[in-house]
Parts: sequence; C-alpha cells; structure tokens
Amino acid sequence: MIRRSLILETTVRLVFDGALVLSIYLLFAGHNQPGGGFVGGLVAAAAIALRYIAGGPDDVLSMLRLRPRGFLSAGLALATGTALVPLAFGDTPLDHQAVEWHLDLLGTVKFTTATVFDTGVYLIVVGLVLMIFEALGEDPDGDEVTAQEEGP
Amino acid sequence: MLFVLLLLHAVCGTAVLVGGRRLGRGVWLLGALAPASAVVWLLADGGRVVSGAGVANRAEWVPELGLALDLRADPFSALMIVLVSGIGVLVYAYAWHYFGTSGRAGRVAGLLTLFAGSMLGVVLADNLLALYVFWELTSITSYLLIGVDDADPDARAAAQHALLVTALGGLVMLGGFVVLGQEAGTYQISEMLAAPPAGTTTAVALVLILVGAFTKSAQYPFHSWLPGAMVAPTPISAYLHSAAMVKAGVYLVARLAPGFAAVGPWRPLVVGVGLVTMIAGGLRALRPFDLKQLLAFGTISQLGFMTVLFGIGRPAATAAGCALILAHGLFKAALFMVVGIVDHEAHTRDIRRLPALGRGWGPTKVVAVVSAASMAAIPPLAGFIAKEQAYGALVDGSGGDRVALAGIVAGSVLTVVYSVRFTCALIRPSLVSDDAAERAVADHAPGQAFVLPAAVLAAGSIVLGVVPAVWSAFVDHAADALDPRAHAHLELWHGVTAPLVLSLVTLGTGALLFWRRRQVAAVQAHLTFPVTGAQVYEGTVRGVLELAGRVTSLVQSGSLPIYAGIILSTAAIASVAAMVSGAWWPGWPDLVGGPAHIPIAGILLGGGVAATVARRRFAAALLLGVVGYGMAMLFVVQGAPDLALTQFAIETLSVVVFLLVLRVLPDRFERRAPAVNRPLRLAVSAAVGIFVVLMAIAAAGSRTEPSVSREMSDEALPEGHGRNVVNVILVDIRGMDTMGEITVLATAGIGIVALARAGRPPRRVASPSSRSDAAEEVGSE
Repeated sequence: MIRRSLILETTVRLVFDGALVLSIYLLFAGHNQPGGGFVGGLVAAAAIALRYIAGGPDDVLSMLRLRPRGFLSAGLALATGTALVPLAFGDTPLDHQAVEWHLDLLGTVKFTTATVFDTGVYLIVVGLVLMIFEALGEDPDGDEVTAQEEGP
Repeated sequence: MLFVLLLLHAVCGTAVLVGGRRLGRGVWLLGALAPASAVVWLLADGGRVVSGAGVANRAEWVPELGLALDLRADPFSALMIVLVSGIGVLVYAYAWHYFGTSGRAGRVAGLLTLFAGSMLGVVLADNLLALYVFWELTSITSYLLIGVDDADPDARAAAQHALLVTALGGLVMLGGFVVLGQEAGTYQISEMLAAPPAGTTTAVALVLILVGAFTKSAQYPFHSWLPGAMVAPTPISAYLHSAAMVKAGVYLVARLAPGFAAVGPWRPLVVGVGLVTMIAGGLRALRPFDLKQLLAFGTISQLGFMTVLFGIGRPAATAAGCALILAHGLFKAALFMVVGIVDHEAHTRDIRRLPALGRGWGPTKVVAVVSAASMAAIPPLAGFIAKEQAYGALVDGSGGDRVALAGIVAGSVLTVVYSVRFTCALIRPSLVSDDAAERAVADHAPGQAFVLPAAVLAAGSIVLGVVPAVWSAFVDHAADALDPRAHAHLELWHGVTAPLVLSLVTLGTGALLFWRRRQVAAVQAHLTFPVTGAQVYEGTVRGVLELAGRVTSLVQSGSLPIYAGIILSTAAIASVAAMVSGAWWPGWPDLVGGPAHIPIAGILLGGGVAATVARRRFAAALLLGVVGYGMAMLFVVQGAPDLALTQFAIETLSVVVFLLVLRVLPDRFERRAPAVNRPLRLAVSAAVGIFVVLMAIAAAGSRTEPSVSREMSDEALPEGHGRNVVNVILVDIRGMDTMGEITVLATAGIGIVALARAGRPPRRVASPSSRSDAAEEVGSE
C-alpha cells in the first residue's frame, strides 16, 4: 500500500480540478489557438498522474465512472463516427462543417465538427494513459497480499 | 434506401448489445427489426428490383482513388435477401424459444443482427473493396457468434479456427481483388463484368479470389472449420449454414463466373474443388452420430454442389444454382432447427442416446421428414425441382460437363443416403445405431410455437415443389441478372427425360446403399483419408507457432544493451546512407540563433551529460526529463507553442511512467560486466551523435520542391475553419492520418495492458465504496 500524505493529497485535489478545466479549455480552444485534443488529453492525463502519485491506483480508479478501456472505446467510436457522418450527406469522410452563433454576451461562437473529432482524440489519450497506469501502476507485491487476504 | 437498411442493422445490433439483459426477450424483437425491414422493403419495393431495373446507391469515399461505397440490388441480390433476411427473421422467431430468458440472449441477438447486416452488405455491395469489408465483417461476427460461450475452451478453439481460416482466405482474396481491380481499371463489380479482363494476371487474381471463396464456403481442403463451428448454439448454426457466411463464397463464385469462367484455370479449379467437396463431404456425413455434425458435412457437400453449378459458368447451370441456393436454405435451416428442438427438449443430439420421440413430436417429425426429403431431392419438393434443373443443365454438355454431371450424381446419391440416415435417426434410431439398449421416451415435447419457424420453412419446401410457378419467374430473373443467357423454367413434370431418369437412379442407388449400410460402413472404414482437414489445420497452426518461437529466440536476445546498440547503429548507418546518396552538404548553419538559445543549450547539455553519469536510476530519469523540458523551451523560443505544450505534457507523463517502472528495479545501476563492452558503446554513441546532427543539417538544406506548409496555412481558415494551422492539419487536412494514429494508440494501449497483466489475476478495485462498484459494472458492459 502506498503511504498517503494528507498535505500532498489535498494540494493535488486543488490542482486537479484546475488542470482538468485547463485541459478542456485546450481542447476547445485548439482549433484557433495553441491546444487541441492531443495536448488537452495529455494535460488531463498529467493531472490524473498527480492524483495517482498522491493517492495510488485505487484513488484514480474509484473517481472514474468508466473503466480506462471505456474511455478508449468511447474515443475511438466518437472519432470514427465523426469521420463517417459526412458520408451520409454525400461528402467525403472527415469533411468538417462549421457553424457560427452570434451571442450578445459572449460575442461570436464558432463550432466546427472537427472539435467532436478532437474530443475523440482527447478521450483516447486519457484512456491510454489510464490504461498504462492501470497496467504498470499496481503495487508490485500487491497481488500476493490480496490473494493471501482473500484465501484460496 | 439500401444504406438505410444496412445502417438499421448496425443500429439495432448495437442497441441490442448495449441494452442486453435489460431488454429481456425484447432483444429478439429489436434484433429482428432490421432483417424484417429488409424483407418488408423487398415486398413493398421489390417489384422494381425483381423485374430487373435494380436499385443502386452510391457514396463517394475517396473519388481520387475510385474508392466508392456502391450498393446495388438486382434480382440475384433479391434472391439472396430472401435467404439472408427472410430466413433471418425465422431464425429470430426460433431463437426466441430456444434461448428463452437465458443471460446470453442479448449478446446472441445483437451479434446475429450485426452478422445479418454484414451478410446483407456482401450481397448488396457492387464494389470489390466494399464487398471485402463486409466479407471480413461476417468473419468477425461469426467468430464472436461461434465463440459466444466464451467460458468453453472448445467454443473458443472452434471460433479461432473459423476466424483464422476465413480471415486468411479473405486476405488472399483481397490480394486477388486488388490485382483484378487494377487489371480491369475499376473496382465496380457490374462495370467489371460488363467488360471482363482476361489474361495471365487476371488468372492469378482469380485463383487468389477463389481461395477466399473456398475458405468461406468450407470447400476442401479448407472445410474443417465448419464442423467445428457446431459448438455454437443451434439457432446460430441454422443461420450460418443455410443463409449467411458459407453462402458468401458461393455468392462470389456466382457473381464472377459469368465473366470469368473461361479465363485460365477457373473452370477446372472450381468444378474440381466443388466435386471433391460434394463427394467427400457426403461420405463424411455417413459416419457421425452427432446429428449436427451429420448436417454440417451435409452442408459442406451441398456447398460443393452449388460451387460446381455456379462455377462451371453454363447459363443453364447458373439458373439451376439459383434454384438450389434457395431450396437449400429452406431445408437446411429447417433441419438445423429440428436438431435444435431435439437437443433442447431431449438434451442430446447423439443418435446413440436419442430417446424415442413419442407423443407431441408429430409436427417436428413431419418437418424433419419433409425437409430431409427435399434435401434428398424426392418429388414433389423444392429440392427435387432444383436438382432436376441441375441435371438438365449438364446432361447435354461436352465431355467436361459430363464429368461434372457424373460427380454430381455420385454426390447426390450420398445426399440421399445421409438424408435417409438423418430421418431414421429421428424416427427409428435403432436402424442407424448399433446399441441394443432400450431407449427412454422423451418426457416432454416441444411447444407448437417452437416448431412453427421450422414448419414455415418446410411448408415453403412443399409449396415451391408442388407449385413451381411460384418461384419460376423469381429464379429466372435472378439467373438472368447473373448471366443474360441464363433462363429458368421450373416445372415439376418435364415428361420422361434424362434428368428424371437420373433422379430415379440417384434415389434408387441411394436407397440401395442405405439398405447395404453395414457393408458401406465396412468399406468406408478402410477408405479413410491419410490426413483430415482438422489435422492439417492443427499442424499448420503448430508449425507457425514453432517458427515464431524459433525466430523470436533468434532475434530477441533479451539484452537491452544489444537492442539499443542495434537500433542506434541502424540510425547512424541509415543517416550516412541517405547523405552519401545525395548532394548533401548545404554548409554550416549559424552556431547560435539567438541569445535565448545559449542558456537553453546549457540546460540541454548539462541534463544530457548528467543523465549519462548518474548512478541512480531515479536521478537519470529525472535528468532525461530536464532534457525534454529544455527541448520544450527551445520550441517556445522558436515560436512553436503547440509543440512546446505537447512536449511539456509528454515529459511530465514520461517521468511518472518511469517512476512506475523504476519501483520494481534496483535503486542504482548495477556494476556488472556489460554485454557490450565500453569502447564499443562509446563508438556507437559517438557515431549516432555525429551522424544524426549531420543528417539534420543535410536534411534541412536538401529541399528540392517548394514546401507544402504555405499552402496548408493558406487553406487552414477557409477550408478547415480554424486559425491554428497545426490543429487544422491534425483534424482536417491530414485527418485520416490522425484516424490511423489514434487507432494505433488504442491498439498499443490494449497491448500494453495485456503484456503487463499477463498471468496475473483480474484486478479488483480495492476500495469498498459503492461508486467503484458502479464503475466496474459500467466498464464491464
């Protein structure tokens, strides 16, 4: 079991939410400013890495609603789906459309279907890093301990 | 409309898979919705299709490569839709009772719908590459269906067997498709058949394609996966054997034969393989005591028959094939359903252990007798009509056709024998089984509704046999769509003709052989093949694994220094080779680009040198991180914020991953005698350093064409709707690359987990909170 530090854990929780917001900002800003789904996903993954260091694998896995492979498959499905949708309208795959809304308070908001594709990339990166943590991140001796505790 | 039908299969199938247990028996209704709509569409709009006008839908994929998703429904497709979707709906009705509320119902129903959709795609595709995609989708869905009881090692092995054989055949076929498409100048099937290419290249392509068709349709010597696939629940077998999967190979042969039967080795190859399959399959069907096994070899035999009829490329034989493929679907699906009913109610399908089927089994027995009689081609049933057509088509032909006819008659005699054997097994099992032990009486009979789908199929065999006018025009149009010279006129009574005499001879000989079955069995016991198909398959798999083991032990020494040495020296040598082959030296660049570079270079150099001399692994990992951060700073200075951002994130993550791995390694580097000695290491390191730097300088200066980056930045906003060129390139201009990359990422992720977790028990989330349990549940569905 990893020894947990209260100060570290509290600080990480504070940073964690901010980092996640930043990652989502990067995802959405990516089409016009530095950022994008890949970087956004990496930032989110780094935030999760912090959580991991502070709280261990169980802390990370218990905060998720989806298993890591769920992120992976959701991302792949989203990206492939977005790629295929234009076919239904007679366009070639991955042909993106843009819509603009003029909102009084926020100014002009532009949304392109590329963002949906990028969200798929984001989810895949997060899922992949989570899977690596899940695979490599266990306490090397943890399994034997659990096995003994549970008995044959 | 055709797209909508295919999409409906995908949506319904996925919905059933996701919904699973929550839908209860609704899975069968929702699953059947898709094939049922295909049938409804054919009934409502099919007049246009059947009369020959056809329906075609097209979606461009990559117009520059001539890659398009072409679908078309012509009368032959209509005939296949009757099989794929029509029998599909009946299979759902049957499975409703077979599975009841069993836990795996959701998975079977969903996969069955996806399977039906893939098969529908195969018969609708008018483009070789699209056909290939649907073809492999049937391989994958049938793999999942055969292995649906994934806790059973036999089921897993059988599923793997089926997948390896059919997917390998599919790959060979893809090679043939590409060669044929290049040779013909088009991948559109209808266009290609209008002006079929000929010549040696085409002949090679056709042989490759036929390998694919033979594996799919379980032709000798690739047949062994089909009997193994019997481990699947019976509704799946019924569908797999009668309508989908195995008919795909026959379908492809039927489509291509009118254009290519005369090219190169097509006719001798197809007819030869088909005849061997028909006769060998028929012989094998005489022996098994497992009723399903018996039917499986019967299917192999019948598939050989169909392959001969379609593959020989004679118009009349093509027409006979169209009749046979439909008649076979009707009787084979019904027979499998009967076996499933017996298995379900009596809990065995072994002839030696079958209980006597008494009260309440009447309808089931009638269905079995009618369908088996149709299989044996006894008048006045659909199978008889089809077989008369087949005999009639070949009886007036040349020498080669006569050989085919003789083979077909021999195969048909065997068909009669195993049909009688099957019928006896259900009605008087003591006739075909030696044991004298008295049989129990089946304690309960199947419900009427359980037998109904099979009864519908048997009724179809009767109606089509007694009133051939019902399907005469339909078969005629289907044959006409394949080959304009092909015409079918189905009739029960042609007068006393050669085909009728042959039919009577077939039935008589079959009855004689059945009467003399003990002698036949004695002869057969001496006539075993030296090797069985299953042995060939197992030997091949074992050989491949052994070879892989040898190659691995040869190239994988397990020594990290040797790996690193090979990779690094390759990097050095390759860069030298590239430089030597061109006018390469553009002159030295500026040593210092700007004032900010100096401290960053210091960090990079310091980090790099420190990493190599560090004694502790942990320190080395952190210092490598310093080098990475230094690179990121360089990117910032050079005005590449996107790259810098990515580099920072990657470095942070790499350090964490290093930490994870380093926990299981010793704290310090060992001081052991290294596998590669020190001077050699220094030489390799120096060579890599020097040559990679030279390569970078040379590469930067050796541009001969104008850069595409200008064009990309110009296009980014108008075409890609974005101001961040890097991102627009990633998601739009080179979006397909990204698609491929994320697929690789996902695959790598799965591989990493599989490797790291190999041999360890499944992980449980340790914290007892209910939330983590919920996460587990969501994840596992």
